[in-house]
Amino acid sequence: MQIKPVLAALRHHKAGTLLIAMQIALTLAIVCNALFIIHARLARLSQPSGVDEPSLLVIGNEWAGKPDTDQIASLIAADLDTLRKVPGVANVYATNAVPLGNGGNVLGMGHSPDKFQRVADSAYYFADENTLPTLGLKLVEGRNFRPDEIGQVDGKGTIQPSVVIITRELARLMFPHESALGKPVYISARPSIVIGVVERLRTPFVDSSMAKWADNSTLVPYRWLIPFTRYVVRVQPGQLDEVMHHVRAALYAANRMRVINPKDGMRTFAQVREQAYRDDRGMAILMSGISVILLLITGAGIVGLTSFWVGQRRKQIGVRRALGATRHDILSYFLTENLLIAVCGVVMGGVLAVGLNLWLMKQFEIDRLAPGYVLAGVVTLLLLGQAAVLAPALRASRVSPVEATRSV
Amino acid sequence: MLAYYLRLGLRSLRRNPILTALMVLAIGVGIAASMTTYAVFSAVSANPLPGKSSQLFVPTIDAWGPQGRIDGGDMPDALTYTDAMALMHDRKGVRQTAIYPLSYTVIPGDVSREPFHVDGYAAYADFFPMFQAPFVYGSGWDRGQDDAHAAVVVISNQLNQQLFGGANSVGRTLRLDDHDYQIVGVMADWNPRPRYYDVNNSDGFSDPPDFILPFTHAVDIHSDTDGNDLCRGTRGRDPGWDGWLRSGCAWVSLWVELPDSAAAQAYRSYLEGYAGEQNRAGRFHWPPDVALFDLTQWLQHEKVVPPETRMSLLLSLGFLLVCLVNTVGLLLAKFMRRAGEIGVRRALGASRREIWMQFLAEAAMVGVAGGVAGLLFTGVGMSSIGLVFDPDIARLAHMSMSLIGLTLLSAVLATVATAFYPTWRAAHVQPAWQLKSN
Repeated sequence: MQIKPVLAALRHHKAGTLLIAMQIALTLAIVCNALFIIHARLARLSQPSGVDEPSLLVIGNEWAGKPDTDQIASLIAADLDTLRKVPGVANVYATNAVPLGNGGNVLGMGHSPDKFQRVADSAYYFADENTLPTLGLKLVEGRNFRPDEIGQVDGKGTIQPSVVIITRELARLMFPHESALGKPVYISARPSIVIGVVERLRTPFVDSSMAKWADNSTLVPYRWLIPFTRYVVRVQPGQLDEVMHHVRAALYAANRMRVINPKDGMRTFAQVREQAYRDDRGMAILMSGISVILLLITGAGIVGLTSFWVGQRRKQIGVRRALGATRHDILSYFLTENLLIAVCGVVMGGVLAVGLNLWLMKQFEIDRLAPGYVLAGVVTLLLLGQAAVLAPALRASRVSPVEATRSV
Repeated sequence: MLAYYLRLGLRSLRRNPILTALMVLAIGVGIAASMTTYAVFSAVSANPLPGKSSQLFVPTIDAWGPQGRIDGGDMPDALTYTDAMALMHDRKGVRQTAIYPLSYTVIPGDVSREPFHVDGYAAYADFFPMFQAPFVYGSGWDRGQDDAHAAVVVISNQLNQQLFGGANSVGRTLRLDDHDYQIVGVMADWNPRPRYYDVNNSDGFSDPPDFILPFTHAVDIHSDTDGNDLCRGTRGRDPGWDGWLRSGCAWVSLWVELPDSAAAQAYRSYLEGYAGEQNRAGRFHWPPDVALFDLTQWLQHEKVVPPETRMSLLLSLGFLLVCLVNTVGLLLAKFMRRAGEIGVRRALGASRREIWMQFLAEAAMVGVAGGVAGLLFTGVGMSSIGLVFDPDIARLAHMSMSLIGLTLLSAVLATVATAFYPTWRAAHVQPAWQLKSN
């Protein structure tokens, strides 16, 4: 109803109008891309690892003085014994890597020994019969390793397991239409029979370049006899701190020819997860902070400019009121004016947001912006605009008709 | 006159404290966000060896073949042992060194102290002059000791402090794992950021290496690499150490010093020739594919600047832009509100230039205030930088004098730039029209 006079009035302060619209547009473009990135990052860091995280402790142990392969085998066996005796320890095994642990080993898996015919990439974890119960992995098919199946391999030896346990995701990739159980897969020149399928076990890697196969993991029944060994300890419920306290001393008491890095040699799984997703969380914090401040600044800018307009037009408002316009008319005039500007802003902003996203997609590994984010951003900014204009508009509506007669 | 304008500006700013505070805050926050992320970005993307970076090169050779890279991946960013040794043997550069990371333990003589871990590199004698490593005591070893596979070692200042209390330890013995080494040099604190010679194995921003010892010796005693061992596409390999050395696994970095572009060109064709030879000899079953990166190209190729850093810099610049647009609007509002005052002043004989000067002075004051606020917020930003960035990277950025100067300068410049349009409008107020209409 009032659109025509509003438009006519807007033509008189093009600059201010354009500035508000521009600010809304830029804010929309940045905020909805930021929200989208925040969501993607948060989604990444809440992905389940498949292991029973609250009760796990990871110890990185390095043997001092370079013992040989046979010595390492007995040192590991002695350590596993020592760890089992620590009060509060439920189970333990020795391995090369842990999910999200950043740093591990990768191999290709295929239906033939030909390395160039691989079907899927997979992380591989050295495992024994205690791995499944320690990690709390859910076996959906088949069985666990037997103690007599666990082999040994040194640093430069070849891994040729006769049996493996794989994740459901990897099983689905290798055998899309049938059960993987009992079937041969090739990670070496020899076939390995799939004896078990676990529901889920993430790879050690959190890089976005490896995200495509984040659930492809293979457990190989080997003890790896290299100078660096990781122990994964499962503690009894509620005993994590207690065990954390004693385990290091117990290991050093048993044998002091070792290095457990005082800084990060011993970590709870919560710490492993926290470190893995540091960058993601950091980005989410930064983006949220910037979004909130941007919205505040945009809101404040609208309040400032509208207040100025109201001040500038007190006389006109007075005239209108004298000519019979109600307070409500004045209020809705300013609300309409702001809405018109904001709509222009969000239209420009929508285009800008998509453009920014396309550019970001090219520069960084980012997905296509989901339309929901633009929509949410549009609604937020329109509401913000209306809220910001409310106070100055109310002040305008209270301008008395007497103002019409004032000269300055 | 300027002092008078500044006084006028101050009075005017005090008249609308909320509006003024809003502008100052907007500029301060925008500048602080940009400065904080810029500090991180510039620390991460700095040239670690300015005078010499254009003379240092990394050759790469496709030892996997197109079939081994079916996912469309790059060629390996390290060399196989075979290729690295062939290039080292040919000595086509002024200097060259093969490098790989090592990790050992040290058992202190004092039995009450726990064994500890040390990180270092295996390299050739050329490593030290090539990368201009500074020494406190002694020096690197020489090529003769490379050829003799000598058990010598250069240690870091930090390790020297830890083991020998900072005394001159040249000539003394250091035991790493189960081997003894004679210390020939102690490096001064030296850790170029990024650590360009090892960015293919690490993020390049971690603590400095504790030691460097001869490559030839490290291979002799079967010291495994502590870095990446990329075996993609190798059709199985013989077990054992020698089987690994002969394999197609890529794990050796190679750096070559070439004095000028003619030398670089010559080296490139030498590389192509070498790969062609391997093809003819039946070792590579694919057309030769090689590359030669200089230091800066290599840092780019290895994506040393983390995407998070670049993204946050861009994001905060966008943020600053919004803050500035906001300030333009607010300044415009503020100045145009005084159209009447301007009209009177113009009618009384003030020139456009004077009006312009007056309002620019006022805007500059907002800029200075914004800069001070920006400095405070940048301080806050720098101290909370660890929340957002990796700790290795976060600690690189700190409040330096140049950053303080840059913050203030960019705040004032940005504000004056934003004030340009509002002051222009203010200076063009028609005096007669103003006087009449009010």
